Amino acid sequence: MTALLRVENVTKRFGGLVAVDHVSFELHEGEILGLIGPNGAGKTTLFNCINGIYRPEEGRIYFRGQDITGWKPYYVARLGMARTHQIVRPLAELTVRENVMVGAAFGSKQYDLRTAAHIADEVMEFLGLAERAEMLAGSLNVAQKKRLELARALAAEPKLLLLDEVLAGLNPAEIAQMVEIVKAIREERGITILMIEHVMHAIMNVSDRIIVLDFGKLIAEGTPEEVSNNPKVIEAYLGDPELALKLTRKSNA
Amino acid sequence: MKESKRAFPLADVLPGLPDQHWASFVLPLAVVLGLALFPFITGKDVHRETMFTVLRAIVMAVSLNIILGYTGYVSFGHVVFYGLGGYVGFYLVSEKGMSLWVALLAGGLAAGLLAWVIGAGILRLRGAYFALVTIGVNEAVRALIQNLDIFGGPLGLEMNFSVYKAYGGPQAMLQMTYNILVGLAVIAVLLSYAVRTSKFGLGLLAIREDEDAAEVMGIIAPKAKTWAYVLSAILPGMVGALFFFRNGSIEPHEAFPLHISIEAIVMVMLGGYGTVLGPILGAAGYQVMRAFLITNRYLKNIQLTVSGVLLLLIVLFIPAGLIGWLRRRIPASRRILL
Repeated sequence: MTALLRVENVTKRFGGLVAVDHVSFELHEGEILGLIGPNGAGKTTLFNCINGIYRPEEGRIYFRGQDITGWKPYYVARLGMARTHQIVRPLAELTVRENVMVGAAFGSKQYDLRTAAHIADEVMEFLGLAERAEMLAGSLNVAQKKRLELARALAAEPKLLLLDEVLAGLNPAEIAQMVEIVKAIREERGITILMIEHVMHAIMNVSDRIIVLDFGKLIAEGTPEEVSNNPKVIEAYLGDPELALKLTRKSNA
Repeated sequence: MKESKRAFPLADVLPGLPDQHWASFVLPLAVVLGLALFPFITGKDVHRETMFTVLRAIVMAVSLNIILGYTGYVSFGHVVFYGLGGYVGFYLVSEKGMSLWVALLAGGLAAGLLAWVIGAGILRLRGAYFALVTIGVNEAVRALIQNLDIFGGPLGLEMNFSVYKAYGGPQAMLQMTYNILVGLAVIAVLLSYAVRTSKFGLGLLAIREDEDAAEVMGIIAPKAKTWAYVLSAILPGMVGALFFFRNGSIEPHEAFPLHISIEAIVMVMLGGYGTVLGPILGAAGYQVMRAFLITNRYLKNIQLTVSGVLLLLIVLFIPAGLIGWLRRRIPASRRILL
């Protein structure tokens, strides 16, 4: 099986700080790959390298068999990669529908406006945004804006979807809904997903595999069970594993 | 899926937005044509001269709106295109003996070319930096022309009045240039409408709202911005060529006055940036106010002060302008008021 996305030795530095340090991994078609790591581990920076916002200093990125290292984000988008932003970026003075139409009109298929409007309607229906189609995007609440991010990305009909913390800031009911949506995106639309997430039970539940980043380095890779029992991962999240064990014992006592 | 009963009747000709009511197309044209026909109805030359000023302001505001309102880039020195077009056109007619038609095309072409050449460089700058650089471009072009002998240096150029004979004498020329301006105003409105309702226009609006997000969604922002800038420059260049042909003389300080740029910005903000109808109403409304102020014996000396205060009030209280405010307050109006 050939990889849809192959990241090879990617390194991104900001001055003296190595934000992403020789990271390599592969993502196969139809997979959901989770990307976890403590705050500041370089997860979003890695996303920014993959979709062309940053140009990595070292390493190569291959997508759909093409070397896309250093491509501008708009060419990467047109090749079939869409993403959501951790901090939502609605086109505030456009309506929800117009926001989603932008995704369809300029994404992988470059639809004309009429077709883009139909696709926007379908995607908004799928994500439960249909009633808000005519509202200005700036007037949505955070949960709705997160859905809007997802709607724009889906309307682009991508091969690969990068999800940057779509669950953050949602309540438990909304998280459960969103998890079902993410699963449905893969099952019904056949879109491969790479997602950053901090809500552990959710990402363990949806991911086929998980990779873990700490201080820019890839420290673990495997199934959710393998990763959650990996001492290196526990250390990255909780510091000293001995201390972590002690603390757990104390709280049980 | 919604039925397309509201679908735009000219949809196959013009790329209207899917939900747009036909009135959104007819209304801006009707306003411009209504204003343009007014002097024909009254038959008075003085009304024609007033309307010439109004229509010139409309073309400037509607064109500026493409880069300012749709794309979100404040072109503060937009008058540079008017001045350059004016000089190029004037030179071709008065020094090279070419026809007004050639002058109009050349004026528009020169303005568009300047926008294309500088656009690639300066449109990388955002916000205040871009605005400042456009003022710099205006001053630089003015200084260049002031030092070019073929353009008459600081004294400018004078038209030999015999040139007008070819156009039926000065009186007929005044009417003919007015008719041409009406045509340019109609073209400006059609262009503005076509851009606003096209996929290209949707891309511009996305750039205005969040350029980085727009690029992530696949919009080739550098290309789109440059074309928006070129489109916003061409008609001001043609109007410049037309105005100075009619004027009979051209000087650097008359061709590149910064206050025309600023007034055009006020017009766009007054009527509603990013809309088709807004800049038209803004330009007409501003000119009416200006005419009232300069003919009022108490207010005539503080005309520009009033404009300044007006801009301040708009930005503070109705930043979306008249049409933008209506569109926000009454969502149903969005199909009609574009």
